[in-house]
Amino acid sequence: MDGLTPMVAAATALILAPLAGGLVLGLDRKLTARLQGRYGPPVSQPFYDLVKLFGKGARWVNRWPPFFAVLYAFGAAASVILFALGGDLLVLFFVHTLTIGFLVMGALAAVSPYSRIGAGRELIQAMIYEPLLLVVFMSFHQAAGSFDIAVVRSASSPLVGEIPLAWAALFLVFLIKMRKSPFDFSTAHHAHQELVQGIRTEYSGPFLALVELGHLYEIAFFLLLFSLFWPTAWGASAILAATFAASLLVDNVVPRMTWRWALRMVWIPGLLLVFANMAWIYYGL
Amino acid sequence: MGFRNAILNRSRRKSPWMLFFNGGGCNGCAIEVVACLTPVYDLERFGIVNTGNPKHADVLIVAGTVNHRNRRTLENLHHAMPPPRIVMAVGACACTGGIFKEAYNVLGGADKAVDVDVYVPGCPPKPEGIIDGVLKGCGPWKTSGGNDDATDD
Repeated sequence: MDGLTPMVAAATALILAPLAGGLVLGLDRKLTARLQGRYGPPVSQPFYDLVKLFGKGARWVNRWPPFFAVLYAFGAAASVILFALGGDLLVLFFVHTLTIGFLVMGALAAVSPYSRIGAGRELIQAMIYEPLLLVVFMSFHQAAGSFDIAVVRSASSPLVGEIPLAWAALFLVFLIKMRKSPFDFSTAHHAHQELVQGIRTEYSGPFLALVELGHLYEIAFFLLLFSLFWPTAWGASAILAATFAASLLVDNVVPRMTWRWALRMVWIPGLLLVFANMAWIYYGL
Repeated sequence: MGFRNAILNRSRRKSPWMLFFNGGGCNGCAIEVVACLTPVYDLERFGIVNTGNPKHADVLIVAGTVNHRNRRTLENLHHAMPPPRIVMAVGACACTGGIFKEAYNVLGGADKAVDVDVYVPGCPPKPEGIIDGVLKGCGPWKTSGGNDDATDD
């Protein structure tokens, strides 16, 4: 992205990110099906779902879910565009947090019990992964010297060698963001149900399509974050392939757990891993 | 507009999300519909997902004779589904009332409460029949125009 002008870089990110996110989602559904002995939908299924939803009517409870669906899609796209334009990791963290806030507010504004419980659980998920994400960014700063993405990308040695435990912690965050078992308690994706559709219950039609689009942008955002661990073409591909394979395995092996379990199992190992890595670098071992 | 409709209709055929409603049945058809979602018959390869939320659903699958009690519920669910949508009556009871047709409490089929697009007979119908019914129901979305007008009942 360094050689492109900002407008071209932003436009490329805007268009390519949902394509990449959709392909990851489609591949995930296909491989999950194969692991279960089925054929599964085509890899382009998320795009069919998206176009269908854009062409469907909506059921308005009140005006807030549609309003916040638009804001959520904009926020998710903004985090990807800011990343492509070479921003600051801390700014990206706050934009990302605000984006989730929009989704939650839209769901809470709809007077629906499923929606409200799903929104509450989404807030708990955010509470679980955000400290971890912040500490992972701190370890990026420690290994590369700055929060600036351009500086992190041009670090002398691949970060995966310096902060491998931060990759493990970011993997836990990725599982939560991708809404994979065992952390899919706020809304269930595709073939499952949890509180009907949890936080997505009162979004419908084009606004559900916008929520799905925002989710695709979020997947792309995390793909970009993982690529920071080894910012060459082959290195990033290796990291992304390993992360995707691990997430597929975990999703198909473990069941859905409660938020209390998730809080213990993500904070304790996750924070311990990252702090251990940071201490390792700090004491120059 | 032809190209837009072609893309919309293709996506609707490739991604019909279903909502299953048991209108007082014996669960035979319910079990067969659930069997369609298992790896042996695998509805998901057609993009069909069992969503429990009428606001997200395209296909309403009704099983069981509808009776005076759940008629209101069925109508509410049908109205909560945004257009375009299709309704499928699965099983002899949902088609015509089946062996319970003469009972005093049954309405005698799903079409006494909502407009039905596809009837799948059988007691219970085979999963292959149910899959065939869903795909036939998506037939209106093959022709251009579809039924994506904003008017509904």
